Amino acid sequence: MEFADALLVSIVTASTPLLLAAIGELVVERSGVLNLGVEGMMIMGAVCAFATSLTTGNPYLGILAGIAGGAVMALLFAFLTLGLVANQYATGLALSLLGLGFSGMIGEHYVGTPGVKLPTLDIPVLSDIPVIGDAIFNQDILFYMTIALVFGVSWFLFKSRTGLILRSVGENHNSAHALGYNVNRVRLYAVLFGGVCSGLSGSYLSLVYTNLWIENMTAGRGWIALALVVFASWLPWRTIAGAYLFGAVLILQFHAQGAGWEVPSQLLSALPYLATIVALVFISRNRTVARVNTPSCLGQSFVPDR
Amino acid sequence: MRKLFAAAAAVALGLTASLGAQAADKTKVGFVYVGPVGDMGWSYQHDQGRQAIEKKFGDKVETTYVESVSEGPDAERVIEKLARAGNDIIFTTSFGYMNPTVKVAKKYPDVKFEHATGYKRADNVSTYAARFYEGRYVIGQIAAKMTKSKIVGYIGATPIPEVIRGINSFMLGAQSIDPDIKVKIIWINSWFDPGKEADAAKALIDQGADILVQHTDSAAPLQVAAERGVVGFGQASDMIKFAPKNQLTAIVDHWDEYYISRVQAVMDGSWKSEDTWGGFDMEMVHMADFTNMPEDVAKMAAETEAKIKSGELHPFDGPVYKQDGTLAVKEGETLDDGTLLGMNWYVQGIDGKVPQ
Repeated sequence: MEFADALLVSIVTASTPLLLAAIGELVVERSGVLNLGVEGMMIMGAVCAFATSLTTGNPYLGILAGIAGGAVMALLFAFLTLGLVANQYATGLALSLLGLGFSGMIGEHYVGTPGVKLPTLDIPVLSDIPVIGDAIFNQDILFYMTIALVFGVSWFLFKSRTGLILRSVGENHNSAHALGYNVNRVRLYAVLFGGVCSGLSGSYLSLVYTNLWIENMTAGRGWIALALVVFASWLPWRTIAGAYLFGAVLILQFHAQGAGWEVPSQLLSALPYLATIVALVFISRNRTVARVNTPSCLGQSFVPDR
Repeated sequence: MRKLFAAAAAVALGLTASLGAQAADKTKVGFVYVGPVGDMGWSYQHDQGRQAIEKKFGDKVETTYVESVSEGPDAERVIEKLARAGNDIIFTTSFGYMNPTVKVAKKYPDVKFEHATGYKRADNVSTYAARFYEGRYVIGQIAAKMTKSKIVGYIGATPIPEVIRGINSFMLGAQSIDPDIKVKIIWINSWFDPGKEADAAKALIDQGADILVQHTDSAAPLQVAAERGVVGFGQASDMIKFAPKNQLTAIVDHWDEYYISRVQAVMDGSWKSEDTWGGFDMEMVHMADFTNMPEDVAKMAAETEAKIKSGELHPFDGPVYKQDGTLAVKEGETLDDGTLLGMNWYVQGIDGKVPQ
């Protein structure tokens, strides 16, 4: 592999888990639900995927288990916030803590054991393209799924009727309810989708990124994904830009350090969060353009009055 | 109803009393860990030490631990809880527990405390740490023998004296074999992020390093080494399972003997407040098997290990020059422990600056 190829592959690997989790959370937030439990769902996905692939020897079964792990956590969140109308912020935080602790318990016996790596699927001819070939056309199934998901979500939200309903639920749940849509059912599906994506993201961590299980291995990526959604101002395409920007900054600062440049590495580590704060400032300053995409009912519970 | 409560209370009292009586025969040992026991690194190795105590003393001890305790007000609460629960000796295993440990120790003069990697002591507070840099000198020599590109990639967590000392010791070891060795250092600003560790490892390999050294806790860099066909060293525990063909050796934290001796001292009543900074000599630092290297290199490494253990060789024997060329310690002398503990400069031959 040439230097540039290797660099791009590293960037793509670092960005994919962020993108996966962010695209899921974007759909959740578009429906008006704020699930702060991304980190918890992700780590559950990671441990389920790792344990299953190690026991069965099949990484694809691992991915399924990762999806299930994330989805079960999302269901719990949905039960509490949609069913019992619990506070979404508190429930999300609790979900993160629960996921970190519970995954540690499940994964106790898998610490210190190398895992099963997800194979790459080489697309002939295209993967021979210089520089970008390896990074884009010689990847594993999760990478291709991620890209497909971004296309899919973008189409779904803005071109499909169901996507319109989902967005209207997030914009004004009372109107959506008055029009006869089942607000909480729509939100349940959205939350579940978010769980599936976080589960996939966790699977990517333990099956591709680093082939091992250690407690707390997500190391805050769930929070970066949450920040990314805001950074992308709830637009799917911008999450791609954001995820690759964050990934590129991370990898490039390592290269800069290795090459002996003096970079303030602490500052660069904080960059995703700084970028998000800047994005938030823009959103709150600009009343029309930037705010158009912010779901108005974000974080508000819906109780239908009868 | 009131009767029922009274009965329940009586039963409960009786239970606690009998439990108390039982516990009196046992030496109770408490541990506070900064990370999860499943971190496969720092906390994991301390827990191995705890298990060694249980294995050695069996029914005569009762151990408890609290994991993932953050180094703040939380620590004080946890340590005090352990003291109140009747533990005879409590090991607090992270630098940040220093002040909470000393504070709680004042309130519980009959409980013995052991604080790892700190410098504040009291009549009932000992401190202990391990000279991991001794292991780093050995791997420095191995690296210098094994590298073809003469570039070593070094992944550091955060630029604290412990890590800087390790880098310097590694470099002095490498220079003792080959003065032209270059080291590229990447700081990831985290002790615990497998993803970042892997990314840093890839960046170093892409920049020409053919040997990876890490001062972070996960096996991720070794896995990258195995994937990319370079070699590396394990950290904190033996990580050979992750890279059977690519781990040369590992610096293993080994607290078992120390912990057993301290608990034994409590049992005998001979426990005293002490400061222990042990290395190979006290079995606190182990080298994992020397693998995947030619026999003469393995032999040299074993010899160096033995020399350091016997005291014949000290990694910081003079002359040692600082990066800017000034003499840190002259020939015939050895850098003192005080300087080693506060080390914030690189030795000559390392490019780049210590991040401030």
